[in-house]
Amino acid sequence: MLKHSPLHEIHQSLGARMVEFGGWLMPVRYSGVIDEHLAVRNAAGLFDVSHMGEIEVKGADALDFLQDLTVNDVSLLQNGQVQYTAMCYPHGGTVDDLTLYRFDHDHFLLCVNAANIDKDFAWIEQARTDSGYVQVFCHNRSDEFAQLALQGPAAEGILSRLTQTQLDKIAYYHFHEGLVADVPMIISRTGYTGEDGFELYLAPDQVEPVWQALLEAGKPDGLLPAGLGARDTLRLEAGFALYGHELSPDISPLEARLGWIVKLDKGDFIGRAALARIKNQGPPRRLIGLQMTEAGVPRAGYAVFHRDRRIGHVTSGTLSPSLREGIALALIEHAPLLPGTDVYIEIRGRRVAAQVVKPPFFRS
Amino acid sequence: MDFPEELKYTEEHEWVLVEDDVVSVGITDFAQDSLGDIVFVELPEVGARVEAGKAFGVVESVKAVSDIYSPVTGEVVEVNEELPDEPEVLNTSPYEDGWMVKIRYSEPEELDELLDAAAYRELIEEE
Repeated sequence: MLKHSPLHEIHQSLGARMVEFGGWLMPVRYSGVIDEHLAVRNAAGLFDVSHMGEIEVKGADALDFLQDLTVNDVSLLQNGQVQYTAMCYPHGGTVDDLTLYRFDHDHFLLCVNAANIDKDFAWIEQARTDSGYVQVFCHNRSDEFAQLALQGPAAEGILSRLTQTQLDKIAYYHFHEGLVADVPMIISRTGYTGEDGFELYLAPDQVEPVWQALLEAGKPDGLLPAGLGARDTLRLEAGFALYGHELSPDISPLEARLGWIVKLDKGDFIGRAALARIKNQGPPRRLIGLQMTEAGVPRAGYAVFHRDRRIGHVTSGTLSPSLREGIALALIEHAPLLPGTDVYIEIRGRRVAAQVVKPPFFRS
Repeated sequence: MDFPEELKYTEEHEWVLVEDDVVSVGITDFAQDSLGDIVFVELPEVGARVEAGKAFGVVESVKAVSDIYSPVTGEVVEVNEELPDEPEVLNTSPYEDGWMVKIRYSEPEELDELLDAAAYRELIEEE
């Protein structure tokens, strides 16, 4: 049984095409992926991301527990700050990537991927049991939060019409608690599109008027409702990893260009020994960016060749709506290739020319 | 959604215009709408042999790859050369500017297998 967003009926009334994603039936597009993508790059887009999961970690030992559980250094966070991080298995593969919100030293909220909510919560509970920390309490609060993402250069202007919160005081990867359209919520300056913007966490039964108010407030700026299709092309242009593609139980953050979130010097944590070994030896595979130099659309799973040798495969690919060229992230099993190196992507039995580029593919 | 009466249709969402011994083939309004923004088209060359039910080309949207199946057996006699440069025409004019190939068919009985507009409409309502 697929879960429905609290905005399900609104999406249908907007003519959205709905698809199954991570156990949810969610809008993949309204007017069209390219339209919505360009709206986010040039003005703003409003995404329903209520499928994302929220897990609360509270208690006197919460900070120490999260240091054990995640790869980034939680001690660097101030109250009101957000951290991009990941949980790893002891062998270094990835349980999930997530954002971690610090309300206080004893109160955190983890925002996790929809498809991983149950797996993550079970993993966290197991880790809590194993850790020996007594004062840690974990709650899966995913059903208590709807989530909207307002993304694009016009996002701050649009949101400022509906809130007293001083948005210019919320720095990137920070959050405030405040009212938007008179509804209490977490206002977080985060997103996964490569644009400025906000993610809003609020009660599911209050999300509909907020969605409507945002769409109305953003109309003069060209705000469009945007679906998961545009969310995917935007994050890919930005070079961001997507769990299940660039990250998995089989792929460590070190292979996925996420070495910057793995803080081996912070003390022990789950997966540290394996990640330290992988780092010392050099990761066996590395994620690189590819841009097509011939016509063709790269897709996940397509083989990548360098000088007639198969060197890896595409993990995510699409036609970039901003560049009008095929772009891809690919996991390469050999020594890293320098930007500018010519490679081939095998598309339906034919080798089509591409070039190694350093992500992001598009910078706004 | 538009399904012109004068056309025939396949279960794989191609439309077929029969003129003497040649058929024109494209994808239906339903197909282009399902795919969304079409960004890439791969067509056969003039002279290529095609077989009923076998893929002769590919259409790609931002999100998906879709094979295009030949409704008849025969030889490709003309290809819409504009499409690879302007694949979005398949979204804006699927039945006219978006025609893909013309095929001289060799097995006329295959045409009997095609659906009329009413039958095709019924098929997609079930989907």
